[in-house]
Amino acid sequence: MLVFIIRRLIQAVLVMLTVSLLAFVLFRYIGDPVTIMLGQDATEQDRVQLRASLGLDQPAPVQFTRFVGQAVQGEFGLSLRQAQPVSTLLKERLPATVELSVVAACLALLVGLPLGVYTALKRNGFLAQSVLAFSLLGISLPTFLIGILLILIFSVQLGWLPSYGRGEVVRLGWWSTGLLTWDGIKHLILPAITLCLFQLTLILRLVRSEMLEVLRADYIKFARARGLSRRAIHFGHALKNTMVPVITITGLQLGGIIAFAIVTETVFQWPGMGLLFIQAVQFADIPVMAAYLCLIALVFVVINLLVDLLYFLVDPRLRSQLSGAKGH
Amino acid sequence: MKKTLLAATLAALVAVPLAGHAKTLKWSSQGDFMTMDPHAQNENLIITASSYVYEPLVDYDKDFKIVPSLATAWEQREPTVWRFTLRDGVKFHNGEPFTADDVVFSIQRALAPTSNFKAYVNGVEKAVKVDEKTVDIITSAPNPVLLRQLTNVFIMNKDWSEKNKATQPQDFNKNEETYSSRNTNGTGPYKLKSREVDVRTVFVENEQWWNKDKKIGNVTEVIYTPIKQNATRTAALLSGEVDLVLDPPAQDLQRLRQQAKIVEGNEYRTIFLGLDQKSPELKYSSIKGKNPFADQRVREALYLAIDTEAIKKAVMRGSSAPTGTMIAPQVHGWTQALAQRVPYDLNKSKQLLKDAGYENSLSFTLDCPNNRYINDEAICQAIVGMWAKAGVKATLNAMPRATYFPKVQNYDTSAYMFGWGVPTFDALYTLQSLMHSKGQGADGSFNFGNYNNAEVDTLIDQIKTETDTAKRDAAIHKVLEIHAKEFGHIPLHDQIIPWAMAKNVDVIHRADNRMAAQWVTVK
Repeated sequence: MLVFIIRRLIQAVLVMLTVSLLAFVLFRYIGDPVTIMLGQDATEQDRVQLRASLGLDQPAPVQFTRFVGQAVQGEFGLSLRQAQPVSTLLKERLPATVELSVVAACLALLVGLPLGVYTALKRNGFLAQSVLAFSLLGISLPTFLIGILLILIFSVQLGWLPSYGRGEVVRLGWWSTGLLTWDGIKHLILPAITLCLFQLTLILRLVRSEMLEVLRADYIKFARARGLSRRAIHFGHALKNTMVPVITITGLQLGGIIAFAIVTETVFQWPGMGLLFIQAVQFADIPVMAAYLCLIALVFVVINLLVDLLYFLVDPRLRSQLSGAKGH
Repeated sequence: MKKTLLAATLAALVAVPLAGHAKTLKWSSQGDFMTMDPHAQNENLIITASSYVYEPLVDYDKDFKIVPSLATAWEQREPTVWRFTLRDGVKFHNGEPFTADDVVFSIQRALAPTSNFKAYVNGVEKAVKVDEKTVDIITSAPNPVLLRQLTNVFIMNKDWSEKNKATQPQDFNKNEETYSSRNTNGTGPYKLKSREVDVRTVFVENEQWWNKDKKIGNVTEVIYTPIKQNATRTAALLSGEVDLVLDPPAQDLQRLRQQAKIVEGNEYRTIFLGLDQKSPELKYSSIKGKNPFADQRVREALYLAIDTEAIKKAVMRGSSAPTGTMIAPQVHGWTQALAQRVPYDLNKSKQLLKDAGYENSLSFTLDCPNNRYINDEAICQAIVGMWAKAGVKATLNAMPRATYFPKVQNYDTSAYMFGWGVPTFDALYTLQSLMHSKGQGADGSFNFGNYNNAEVDTLIDQIKTETDTAKRDAAIHKVLEIHAKEFGHIPLHDQIIPWAMAKNVDVIHRADNRMAAQWVTVK
């Protein structure tokens, strides 16, 4: 058990190192922030000086070592665009992204799950068929387009909901939340719908197919034969067994939602980490880009690690396999 | 229940300011102010923000004539000594009186090594306090554009800066932000109320502003929001969530013209092409062993083959002003005669190429940004097509600005597109950077094609210090003439920039693309 955990941890560290190396090397070549920082009046001398003082003139391995050394201490240097510590920027942006992602995930679950069950139970119903047809839209339309369409309808045409930004926020310590004001909630609706739509349809289709699978299983037939009520069969037996894969997928998707919030955040000018990243790209703000990529990688690595460990605890077969493997 | 309560409280809060005669202006553009320090970053948007809070000694009026601001009068006592009389009764936002010490301090601050505003105190040696209300500015040599430069040097409060350890402009390589990058204390029409980087910056009216009685506009609160996404920015304007968009996307202009309002004007920025005329062999060309661009006939041929009227019509949809010179009409030194383009002439172009020995054989790469100037990539595309008609095969190499500018600034180009604005509104700024051969400081700092003419160099050096306006103007015209005759660069057009706004908003359009909130009227 301990060996397994340690091995997974080492793997995780290696993944993180690789990601940070990739991030770092890639971003070396996307442009030179110095020219943008100095503007058109700067002399060659100014440029050389700034490049030297930012450490951009040193060889890449030296820069990378310094980057990792600081990153381990949670220090990603100074944003070239805003001249603020990157860690402060990320901390400021984290609440916006987390709130948007969590609300989107909840929305996807709360709507996707019942709809999935419904479409499985009423397989041939008109409503179920329409929901399924509609869900195709969610899968196939790009997030970007959905966002723009929603803005066009609900902001420009109807004027019901705001088209950009986070609205009024309340500060709770370092955490800022938009969930406590009506204005903040109004601003959250369109981005959350946009971000959740893909996940929602994914969950809907997953639940539906799992449910159909389970309903064909023998124990359901036996339950029917025993004369249990439909309700008890569907929700007590079938749904329960459907949930295992659904929970796994949903957990993994949360990482995806946070990472892919970039598009939604850009469309709605949502002041989260994704928007920070996009703005950093345009400015060739290397520290911010590298830090963001590492953070997202960390989220994925941690979630995967947790899932692996949970499997290990839940599934006894894995344990026996491991002890068996010792002999080799 | 709680939500309702909160909503009600909020509604009440919002309703209170509306009760008075307060007018709020919400405006937006793509990027955010990078800092609030008025001497740290020489970038147009930041200077716009600084000009709400801070004021210079002298300022521009709406026709770019110099008018008094914090200085009420000035005289040139000696060729290198300017004496400024300061305005009485001006107070900083924190209540401190404005004095000569503040001016001396601010000029010194703009001269500091970490300052990005050195261009605007170029040639200034120091500022000396004569008495509480008089300051001398000493220049190292006679400086005919000093006043124009000073319109960009904002005056800060000495005590406040010292107390908050902000005596030096914010330095991007120190591991902390300075107090002045998020806090301000100026004398200007607006006070900084709140600042959330990339989210929202709010300014409120300075009730004690010395010029309040003569204020042109009626805006009492300014809310700036950066909106990166083009479509979202347009949507925000159409849905009434913002009142003004500084950089409306070109594809939405038609619609905005109908549903909102567009105000257009010439920008002080000239778009042109540069050609590497010095390298012994072009880096990106099929011609080996020699440099075709060193041949004036080739440069002329490329010029003649470009139909700028067609670009204006097809690419810019009417929004450009084709020009034959390197400076825009607002810039001191411009004349109608100089701006006359040599007419489009495809046959002559072909003949010139033939004479030079490049009939249907010249090929090279044209570097072009794709997110810096209005329709930049499309313009380059059109030009490549036009050259093809003359038998020149140019390959378009378009890239985002973060990659483009370093490439060009490293002289890693054979032909490139560039745009040049003139914040001082004086031709010297263009002449020195683009046409002077590479030298100290700003001399030739953006002359990436290495245009080189000894006579031009001498004339430009003379323009720098000549205080006799007539002589100076003659020299400026001479340089522009020589440069045009030698086709040192290929000027294309002056940009016309649209601002989009709600129908109830009246603005004064500025050629430097600065949105002066104190000049805006909201009906």
